[in-house]
Amino acid sequence: MPDGAQAVLHVEGLKTVFKVRGGEVHAVNSVSFDIKPSELLGVVGESGSGKSVTMMSLLGLLPSPPAEVREGRVMFDGRDLLKCSPKELREVRGLGVGFIFQDPMTSLNPVFTIGFQLMEPLRRHLGMNKTEARKRAQELLELVNIPDAGQRLGDYPHQFSGGMRQRVMIAIALACDPKVLIADEPTTALDVTIQAQILELIRELRQKLGMAIVWITHDLGVIAGIADRVMVMYGGQIVEQAPVRELFAHPRHPYTRALLKTVPSVLGKRAAKLNVIEGQPPMLIETPASCPFRPRCVHAVERCARENPLRRPVGNGHDVACFRDFDASGAVT
Amino acid sequence: MFNFALRRFLIAIPTLLIISLVIFMLLEAAPGDPLGDVPLTVPPDVKEKMRAALGLDSAWYVRYFLWMKQFFWVEPLNLVDYVWGTDYAKGMQRVISFQSRQPVMQIIAERVPQTLTVVGMSYLIGVSIALPIGIYSAYRQYSWFDQIGTLVSMIGFSVPTFFSGVVLIIVFAVKLHWFPSIYDTTHRVTDWASFLKQVRQMAMPVMVLSLYNAAQISRFMRSSMLDNLNQDYVRTARAKGLTERVVVLVHVLRNSLIPVVTVIALGVPTIFGGAIITEQVFKVNGLGQQLITSIHSNDLPMVMTLTFIFAILIVTFNLIADLLYGILDPRIRYD
Repeated sequence: MPDGAQAVLHVEGLKTVFKVRGGEVHAVNSVSFDIKPSELLGVVGESGSGKSVTMMSLLGLLPSPPAEVREGRVMFDGRDLLKCSPKELREVRGLGVGFIFQDPMTSLNPVFTIGFQLMEPLRRHLGMNKTEARKRAQELLELVNIPDAGQRLGDYPHQFSGGMRQRVMIAIALACDPKVLIADEPTTALDVTIQAQILELIRELRQKLGMAIVWITHDLGVIAGIADRVMVMYGGQIVEQAPVRELFAHPRHPYTRALLKTVPSVLGKRAAKLNVIEGQPPMLIETPASCPFRPRCVHAVERCARENPLRRPVGNGHDVACFRDFDASGAVT
Repeated sequence: MFNFALRRFLIAIPTLLIISLVIFMLLEAAPGDPLGDVPLTVPPDVKEKMRAALGLDSAWYVRYFLWMKQFFWVEPLNLVDYVWGTDYAKGMQRVISFQSRQPVMQIIAERVPQTLTVVGMSYLIGVSIALPIGIYSAYRQYSWFDQIGTLVSMIGFSVPTFFSGVVLIIVFAVKLHWFPSIYDTTHRVTDWASFLKQVRQMAMPVMVLSLYNAAQISRFMRSSMLDNLNQDYVRTARAKGLTERVVVLVHVLRNSLIPVVTVIALGVPTIFGGAIITEQVFKVNGLGQQLITSIHSNDLPMVMTLTFIFAILIVTFNLIADLLYGILDPRIRYD
């Protein structure tokens, strides 16, 4: 990771609220982060922790209503995306920022050919004509290692397997050479061998193209294998952020530590039961005034109920939103 | 695809033969006597002769096969004769109406144009206003436009045409004198003025029927759009930076049209069937009206032939709907 480089995407105090019957759900609360050029940022957290919503909010991809991005700044290419008009935002989508979604089975339009869907962003953003776009589309399919690319442009999504469809999705996201690629659980719907192939492909593409990647997942194994830096989200906020080695070696936040403990080990005696984090994730019906993890935290103290901890740096590019300090063995200091 | 179409076409033949037999047996079992209107003063032996003249004295299967021969062999030959001026069908017995003693096909040919112009036009108008309304209602779900659209479809769907037709007559014909309340079948369009007259006399029946058709189809269109608007591929299309226009009118619409097109295709036979009640209300003497009068007077060959033609149309458009489905949706392959 090139240190000190200018961030390509800078997010500050992002806050997204869903209006629901009888109230609001505060899905994203004061989220701030940076992505540097050609960095791979992993975002982990359990379902409903606000990972996807945060990334969707950046480019206004959430259906509104019910979603509303209430506060914050998203600086990209020298402007605030949250203040952009829908037209300017459409210019950024696909051109500056590419998206890959979770389920490749449903993320492609079933009634159009792969070629058509791949050529769409090329013609829209780069103003290519049909022949140019076709040529580029074929190159893109070759880039994501789809055999017989020229032939397959005329095929429909149902003629591809799940892994191949995700490759097509990656090709679409990379069509206009974006600076940032946001991958929203791109391997969750795939089986493990296909998942490994996709990870390998992403590693390869990163080296070739050098775009920054935000990789959303709930699979810590994937993060350990691919990310440069990790953000852990809980209850709509970032609770811990660190370079990947640092995070796995010295997890600071009780949630991260608990999360790491839930990963079953393949070595040693098989545990009788899987480790779980007791309790339920918070409901987020208002802006959290206390630490959102407190009800499930074994180290909670009285102060945790009074105020919501801010992220504080603890060295080595590591920061954590917790009042308490833990040493390497996990004991409270 | 071709094999599928051929197979379906071949299956349609026995289906239609069975339908024809069922229609014939139903008419046979129905109460009523074609000679019921003959005065009581006519002596019984004369009545028997009249019955024999209509062919009613022979057994049902003889009459059924005679009808089959006339419908499938003599009538097509007559059509050939009519088109190319030959005389293959000379001297062969055609399907004759009990009521008017005219060939049934001739009466149908006289009435088809009225039905097609009025009912067909209303279907066309109904569909072409229903699709945009359905699309916009779904895109702006629960907006005032959608709410009003829902209300109007409810009204169009639940108010029977004999009521809305009469209301229109009272308002536009009786009070405002804008449109004639009776459709003049003998009117011929020759110039601009007569064309305007034709438009005026068609206006009310077309309004009534297209409201009914549009109500139905716009609901289908709306719900089909709603099914697709929240799909993942729509999010992908937006993430590519496409304009809302392209997202909705290309990506979502193409998917949403698949079920709607089949509904529209299945509705086409009802055009030929005529709108029995609306035709009665506005005195459009089309096919629907003919069917009703024939049923009243026990004109068995007429009812049999008309009903069977409707059956053919329904089977045909079912087949067309299935084929359209295969063309519109690449996931469906008939191999």
